[in-house]
Amino acid sequence: MSFFGTLTWSAFQHNLIVTGAQVSMIGGVLLAIALLTYFKKWKWFWNEWLTTTDPKKIGVMYILVALLMLVRGGVDALMMRLQQALGPGHGFLATDHYQQIFTSHGTIMIFFVAMGIMFGLINLIVPLQIGARDVAFPFLNSVSFWLYVVGVILINLSLVVGQFAATGWLAYPPLSELFYSPGVGVDYWIWSIQIAGIGSLLSGINFLVTILKMRAPGMTLMKMPIFVWSVLCSMSLVVFAFPILTVTLALLALDRTMGMHFFSNGFGGNAMMYINLIWAWGHPEVYILVLPGFGIFSEVVATFSKKRLFGYVSMVWALASITLLSFLVWLHHFFTMGAGADVNAFFGIMTMVIAIPTGVKIFNWIFTMYRGRIDFKAPMLWFLGFVVTFTVGGMAGVLLAIPPADFQLHNSLFLVAHFHTMIVGGVLFGYFAGIAYWFPKVTGFKLNERLGRWSFWCWIIGFLTAFIPLYILGLMGATRRLDHYDASMGWQGLFIVSGIGVLIIAAGVAFMILQIIVSFRDRKQNLDTTGDPWDGRTLEWSTASPAPFYNFAVIPTVTERDAFWEAKQAGKELPKPVYTDIHMPKNSPISLYIAACALVFGFAIIWHIWWLVILAFLGIIVCAITRALDYDTDYYVPAAEVARIEAERSR
Amino acid sequence: MTKPVYDDYLHSQKALENGTIGLKRGIEMNKKLQAGLIILLAAGAAGLIWFILHRFGFGTVAVLQPQGTIANQQRDLMKFAGIFMLIVGIPVFIMTFGFAWRYRASNRKATYTPNWDHNLVAETVWWTIPSIIIVILAVVAWTSSHQLDPFKPLDSKVKPITIQVVALDWKWLFIYPAQGIATVNYVQFPAGTPVNFVITADAPMNSFWIPQLAGQVYAMAGMTTQLHLMADHAGSYNGLSANISGEGFADMRFVATSTSQADFDHWVAVTKLSPTPLTMAEYDKLAEPSLKNPVSTYTLAAQDLQQSVIMKFMSPQTASQSTDVMSMSGMDMLAPSYGSNK
Amino acid sequence: MPVQTLSHQERHPEQHREMDDRVIFGFWVYLMTDCVLFASLFAVYAVLHNNTFGGLPSSTLFNLPNVLVETLLLLTSSFTCGLAMLAAHRNDKNMTLTWFAVTLILGATFLGLELREFHQLVADGNSWQRSGFLSSFFTLVGTHGLHIATGILWGALMLLEVTRRGLTSINLRRLSTFSLFWHFLDIVWIFIFSFVYLMGAR
Repeated sequence: MSFFGTLTWSAFQHNLIVTGAQVSMIGGVLLAIALLTYFKKWKWFWNEWLTTTDPKKIGVMYILVALLMLVRGGVDALMMRLQQALGPGHGFLATDHYQQIFTSHGTIMIFFVAMGIMFGLINLIVPLQIGARDVAFPFLNSVSFWLYVVGVILINLSLVVGQFAATGWLAYPPLSELFYSPGVGVDYWIWSIQIAGIGSLLSGINFLVTILKMRAPGMTLMKMPIFVWSVLCSMSLVVFAFPILTVTLALLALDRTMGMHFFSNGFGGNAMMYINLIWAWGHPEVYILVLPGFGIFSEVVATFSKKRLFGYVSMVWALASITLLSFLVWLHHFFTMGAGADVNAFFGIMTMVIAIPTGVKIFNWIFTMYRGRIDFKAPMLWFLGFVVTFTVGGMAGVLLAIPPADFQLHNSLFLVAHFHTMIVGGVLFGYFAGIAYWFPKVTGFKLNERLGRWSFWCWIIGFLTAFIPLYILGLMGATRRLDHYDASMGWQGLFIVSGIGVLIIAAGVAFMILQIIVSFRDRKQNLDTTGDPWDGRTLEWSTASPAPFYNFAVIPTVTERDAFWEAKQAGKELPKPVYTDIHMPKNSPISLYIAACALVFGFAIIWHIWWLVILAFLGIIVCAITRALDYDTDYYVPAAEVARIEAERSR
Repeated sequence: MTKPVYDDYLHSQKALENGTIGLKRGIEMNKKLQAGLIILLAAGAAGLIWFILHRFGFGTVAVLQPQGTIANQQRDLMKFAGIFMLIVGIPVFIMTFGFAWRYRASNRKATYTPNWDHNLVAETVWWTIPSIIIVILAVVAWTSSHQLDPFKPLDSKVKPITIQVVALDWKWLFIYPAQGIATVNYVQFPAGTPVNFVITADAPMNSFWIPQLAGQVYAMAGMTTQLHLMADHAGSYNGLSANISGEGFADMRFVATSTSQADFDHWVAVTKLSPTPLTMAEYDKLAEPSLKNPVSTYTLAAQDLQQSVIMKFMSPQTASQSTDVMSMSGMDMLAPSYGSNK
Repeated sequence: MPVQTLSHQERHPEQHREMDDRVIFGFWVYLMTDCVLFASLFAVYAVLHNNTFGGLPSSTLFNLPNVLVETLLLLTSSFTCGLAMLAAHRNDKNMTLTWFAVTLILGATFLGLELREFHQLVADGNSWQRSGFLSSFFTLVGTHGLHIATGILWGALMLLEVTRRGLTSINLRRLSTFSLFWHFLDIVWIFIFSFVYLMGAR
């Protein structure tokens, strides 16, 4: 056994395109280091960001990393579309490279973009909306974040050292077994999402406890803002679904590294079991992502229609029933595995049943607009875009839910188009709406509206241009994951149109980046001095923008839904606040150290460097013990200090 | 819970509105220009798309132009469900954009009821109507799942033909046990005759799909799945693997040809003259990974070839004896039960 | 931090209650996730337990007397863990330490026996590489063993802390979560004992 395991010099050698990606990635990291050094910001960076336990800062970091990953995943998408638009015969990418690209596209978009933005928004908003100062376990929260970053680093490291999986984003065995995929690609896939997934699981526990135990006095469950409800449902799904992912990935890893036979061809393995397990996690995962999106739209539609959310109780029941049903539909991802008509029909029908609460939510949103005063700010535009894509995608989804129809649509580009309409339209548009909506709360200034509109129109037009052709291609019998196809198929025209669509989306992303830059430049004009730029309804708008690190100088007492709106309507003057000492967590670098050890652990296990695996594992244990023995983890902000900060702000 | 800042908010809102009024005229001019531009752009885009599709071609929409009884029914099913769902889809579109337009903030004539948030009748309606639609679709799903179960033999007076399929890295092997022939990446059968595909794999998971004839079924090692279909008339159809299985997956295509019975018999007779016998040794050679395999034909020399391919994955004894199939005993019971979800 | 901070010696008591509440509830949620994890492993075992690939089936592999001893050890350790908690709530530091030490020793003996069983199986050529059945057996039982090992490490640390600082409120809370953990592992073991060993030995 060599000192560096299976790692050899050849792992660093790549073709020109990958080298380009490497150079730009390493260049980016070096540039960041250089800037921090030049502006002497290291101390600030360390104290204010790297070691923070403030969920608002952790939320910002989540979103920044996720947006960076959105660009990476987007470049993957561009390359895929270009490859297929270039058409019959081989495009510019070798087969293996192309397969790695679509695998990383899917993995990155789900685990590192969608999950990242979701946890970012949850961190930013949930404590504020429930009138809390913090999350239940602030240190654990930062561990979760840094484990997510480890996943991000590992998946990007696969570009520099070795290769990534070429199996599709869920790495079905037996293809993902060592016998058929002998390289380190699948191992990178396993460990990047295993480590990030454990972070997500911890976050799930954290926010479940936060929501159930830390609400402001008077905020009963049925008085919670609907976004908090959606997060509660989503986090319950995390708690129940992510352990299944952990097990599934662990078993695949045991197959690959310990020579076990869970999913292998022969030796008593059973690949179908993997497909059941991964979707028993995978289907709830879809709802983990989309429920917070629904929650955001609920807040956005009510706020920008200047009207109470229609059918709050219906909305809560719809969320709850979607949560439950999402565990009863996983088999619809593989009707074609031959489970038999009874089983297929059962799962097909359960899948359709989910359309009922989803439909109810849409009608409730529509009737929230009814007799409102709708202000078409960017978040509202995203909502309208969402209704278009989600309705189309939903109808395609019901088609896919009928097993015999699915036999003709499964694994085709029709399916690809369907889940992109759901995930881009439902999840991503929802998160974009959320980012635009809560941006002033986090930064203290609003985003530029005009550029936001440009970005929206590019996204929606580009999206339809990119994915309507894919629906048609699917019906033509074009399957997903093809690196080339025959000219005689007559697919190239549609692939070119689809490619143009992706270019328009890319313009949308460019407008977003421009929007952030311009808004930052013009922040003085867009300043939100009131803390309530949209005439909001929920508690987060009752504190300053940006919120002070303790969120609320005085913990609010809630008597109704839409607590802040009702208080504004009543127009009561507040009595002079009585400040008390505020209990806050201290910063800690240990979460960072744990993540560093986890990174080394993951890397070492991928390359079979066993001594380093043991060392890194011991490192994690030592960090955990050190933290457990540290009793000086929190402090009090004295009442006088709170009074001083508050006075300074209202000046 | 009120904050004094709320007054500031109202103030700033008012200032904003005043500013807007001053700008109104300029904005209206702009709006006409914008509308013109948008129409121009849309027309240009439509033209461009038309040109691209014209220049680069637009293939057969296989799933919607079926040529076999199963695919026909699947198409009808999709059509029915698709149109049926418009009952919800169209009102959603109309209401969303209708309401959005009607209740835009600048339309002060529209009613405004900020506290209206509940209506039992309305909510009952939209819990009920989607439920009814789903109940109807559920009945359709249940009956069609049984009717179009790929494992179910087709009703027909014509005697069906059995073709065994083995997905290999990266080609399709078709075995005709009754006819004593085998083919690679090409399959032929008589039109109007039910075809019974018995499918397995000696490779990662693949999915066996002939879009114009019937939906797909997975091909997995150590077990079999089945697909029954029947072509309406003579013709050639594309077949493919719909599930990624590695490097050569994109080229795992084959042609499925349906002919008259006479033509089929003739083809079998010609194929029987193929110089290469498909023995177990020849099979092992064929099973080696290879890309873009050309069509080839064999006379079948190994008996129960598909069974022995399945048995390879069942126990170490059978794995080592896979070249000597005849020594196997009691293998009938094994195939479908291997590693099933039971 | 833009604010001056007071370093404090004594926390406000309501802070303590809230923290206790959160930690215990959070720990229950964690145990639930662990429950899902074990449930998945049980499901995998249920699917694979007949897939011996020509190897020996469970009925000839398992040594029931050994497993019975393991079970008794673990059950007793759960009981002594309970005694330790009672002592802790009586604020009896010495008895707490004693009973926790007994608990950990019993746990370690259990782990030793389990490792011996594993060693024997591997030595006889029935390692986890032999078949899907054995892979799932080693993984399910091994995951439980790993949890026990973690528990022993955690318990040892708690012994040290209780010795050093006494039964402070933080230590009491940690002991409570530890005992939850330990009882949970006991329950999981009962399931392993019944479903894997007893049903497998037939």
